Amino acid sequence: MSTTQERLADQRRRQKVKSAQDYIDDRFGSSSFLRSAMDKIFPDHWSFMIGEVAMYCFVVLLITGTYLALFYVPSDQMVVYHGSYAPLDGQTMSKAYESVINISFNVRAGLVMRQVHHWAAVVFMAAIAFHMCRIFFTGAFRKPREVNWTIGLTLLTIVMLEGFSGYSLPDDLLSGTGLRVVYSIVESIPILGRRLAFEIWGGPFPGTELLNRLFVIHEFLFPAAITGLLGAHLAILWRQKHTDFPGPGKTETNIVGSRFWPQYMLKALAMFALTTAVLCLLGGLFQINPIWIYGPYTPYTVSAGSQPDWYVGWLDGSLRLFPHWEFRSFGYEIPNPFFPGILIPGILFTLMYAWPFIDAKIYNDHVPHNLLDRPRDKPFRTAVGVAALSFFFVTTLASASDLLGNNLHISYQRIIEILQYAVFLLPLLSGYIAYRTCLSLQRTGIHPIQKPVGGIIVRTTDGAYHTLGEDHGDHAADDLVHNGNGHGDGNGHGNGHGHGADEDVVAEGSDGELVD
Amino acid sequence: MTSTDDTLFGSSGRHPVDEPTHGGNGHATAPDDDGDALAPGTVRFMEDPLHYGIEHGPWPDDVPHGQNDMHWRYEDDPKGARRAEMRIAACWSLMLIGGLGLAICYATGGQAQIEGACLGIGFAGLGAGLVLWARDLLPGHDVIGSRGGLTHASSEEDRRRMVQSLGRGLEPMARRPFLFKFLGAVGGVFGVALLFPLASLGPRVNGQLGRTSWYPGARAVTEDGQPVKPSDILVNGVATVFPANTGNPSSPANAQDSTILINLGPASSGFEIGKGRQDWYVGALGSNTCIVAFSKICTHAGCPVSLYDVQSHQLVCPCHQSTFDVLQDCKPVFGPAPRNLPQLPLSVDAEGYIIARHDYYEPVGPGYWNRPSAVKQP
Repeated sequence: MSTTQERLADQRRRQKVKSAQDYIDDRFGSSSFLRSAMDKIFPDHWSFMIGEVAMYCFVVLLITGTYLALFYVPSDQMVVYHGSYAPLDGQTMSKAYESVINISFNVRAGLVMRQVHHWAAVVFMAAIAFHMCRIFFTGAFRKPREVNWTIGLTLLTIVMLEGFSGYSLPDDLLSGTGLRVVYSIVESIPILGRRLAFEIWGGPFPGTELLNRLFVIHEFLFPAAITGLLGAHLAILWRQKHTDFPGPGKTETNIVGSRFWPQYMLKALAMFALTTAVLCLLGGLFQINPIWIYGPYTPYTVSAGSQPDWYVGWLDGSLRLFPHWEFRSFGYEIPNPFFPGILIPGILFTLMYAWPFIDAKIYNDHVPHNLLDRPRDKPFRTAVGVAALSFFFVTTLASASDLLGNNLHISYQRIIEILQYAVFLLPLLSGYIAYRTCLSLQRTGIHPIQKPVGGIIVRTTDGAYHTLGEDHGDHAADDLVHNGNGHGDGNGHGNGHGHGADEDVVAEGSDGELVD
Repeated sequence: MTSTDDTLFGSSGRHPVDEPTHGGNGHATAPDDDGDALAPGTVRFMEDPLHYGIEHGPWPDDVPHGQNDMHWRYEDDPKGARRAEMRIAACWSLMLIGGLGLAICYATGGQAQIEGACLGIGFAGLGAGLVLWARDLLPGHDVIGSRGGLTHASSEEDRRRMVQSLGRGLEPMARRPFLFKFLGAVGGVFGVALLFPLASLGPRVNGQLGRTSWYPGARAVTEDGQPVKPSDILVNGVATVFPANTGNPSSPANAQDSTILINLGPASSGFEIGKGRQDWYVGALGSNTCIVAFSKICTHAGCPVSLYDVQSHQLVCPCHQSTFDVLQDCKPVFGPAPRNLPQLPLSVDAEGYIIARHDYYEPVGPGYWNRPSAVKQP
């Protein structure tokens, strides 16, 4: 087939690869690791890409963020604006706000970088949330992956704080109002709160130090923490390998998919490029956070329709929905924002951290799993997840109660009262519906792991045998769970066990054709 | 890693699977233990499809034999491969368009929409081309390999040895309980001392909790520093004011001072005057001038309570919709705010400008742990 020239080129290429490999391997002895890395198999399922999208958003954030940091001035020193944006001419504003206005209007490509950065943050949080839903509903957090669940949850928390701190840096009216609320929440912590707020803000609100500190936190501390935790998250993933959905040919001890090199690597790069493409289009074509419209922050003004970015909405909504309770005795009080701002999120996050362990208790399941659950097969877990999502939905909706009221022509009081009921009823109702739906889906759908595998041999009435179909699958996972061992005996002739194989239909184990 | 592994799979020890694993229920094999019988110097590169070392050791039953992971989509279709190549090149040429567009746009002054679109087109072309390249022209999909066991748990033997190694240090340490306790005590002291620099972050919470800059006789001035006469505020009009001569209203020191003046007008006949507050308003009840002043800082989360509904005489906080009934001494009638907005006692000075008789008697703003119920006056 190949010509002499091609063969020669092939030879030369080998020579080059060989000498490069020798150079590296002589120094690091890396060939065996690299070989195993390149041969590593990653399962192909679109839902495994969501976490990757989050990671690529982070990369985009690092790049655009570094660019923005070169122009941003973290100073609350007041200046009078005389720049190119005429509507703000003559206004008193902080240097921080002025610098963001300059990034938006005077720095070439500054606005697109700023908007890509903001969109990337919004999409980052969304990707993390979807990724977490996928992990939750399919039981991917089960043994041996509980620790990675807690790392992931810590990442979620830090990314949320990172997002909020970045949102606050421009010192515009909207974000300043958000900071005012956060100050009150911090201040509401019993005993320590006021001290803590003073430490963070450098005094009573609005403080004198916050922008400096947010800058350090947003540019250095949190990104470093995210990078470190993400590294750990991926290292553990690499070591434990991906989970996979059950299906023909898939067992607890094998893995079906594409090799890291070249398939997965190229597709991962492609995913990075495509994520970046979407973020650039969003950042270029869809305006986000137009701080020049909001104006600079002053402690005594605010505009109606103050909504935070979507991932903080649920906290803001909780603050709106919580009744006007405040507890005071012996001269000390627990202020109102403590309950919806600290206590409820605290309880929710504790439950989320504890979920893998609660789940193991509920299902009395302490063996390792590599194959995922289908949500319908764990109705209670699915119901809990759906209920949590609808709680999130209602509280997020509540954060827009004023806008909802205006648009629906209902008074904001009614909207809030309705949502106060809904925040209890909707999770219960949707959880119940999810539970029933799971049960009825269980009755109708066939679990892929229970699909007959191997060839099915049918004996006809006259005693003849026919093979009905053939595939390489086996459904021996159930046996494997109990053996806890990929090389156990249960493999390969699993079908026929316990799912009503007819007397006349027997399954042929795949052993015969596989073992040499 | 260990010779135990070799005995399981034979001396060449090659794990039968593509993915060298690092232990797994005792069936582990070493990653560096690769039994490829290739002569030294032979490059194994695009030669043979991996055959998973059939000749060595037990084969996991869930990994089929004889997979060809060198297969690619248009392997047997040179024309199709050529077309695929063209498709990929077409995708990548978008990078050229995007790049040139971006450069021209930037050089001619920049425009955010065009820049974003050019960047988007370029990256989309790159990504699409890479996907097609991997899908159509490169091998390595649909491979089945072994995980090398259900988990990567080490063998009992390995665990025992690890504990042994740990014990090498731990046991002699545990024989010196005094040192442990001493280190704990001294380290505790030292650790607390290390935290001291953190206190530099914020000033001490000062003793005058809940005070604002309002002082007896302070003129109420707008944000431009203009003093306000009762006649300046029309019926149902509101104004945000600050104490005069206390600095810039935007400055952090004055953030607690913002106060809202409301001319209730004739509706003030229904104004419920708080105990001991008979002379806290300016003007006359029921007349066209009856001005009251309340703190503008919401008692819920500190937002400025800046919406005034002239129909119901309610103040609404735009942040969380706490609603205060001005006629009822700014009692919270809806929303999460737990307390009334504190009232500022008003008067008029000799020149007819509105002044404060006094600072607020209650702390303004949201609650905190040791918030006093009344402000101690200096």
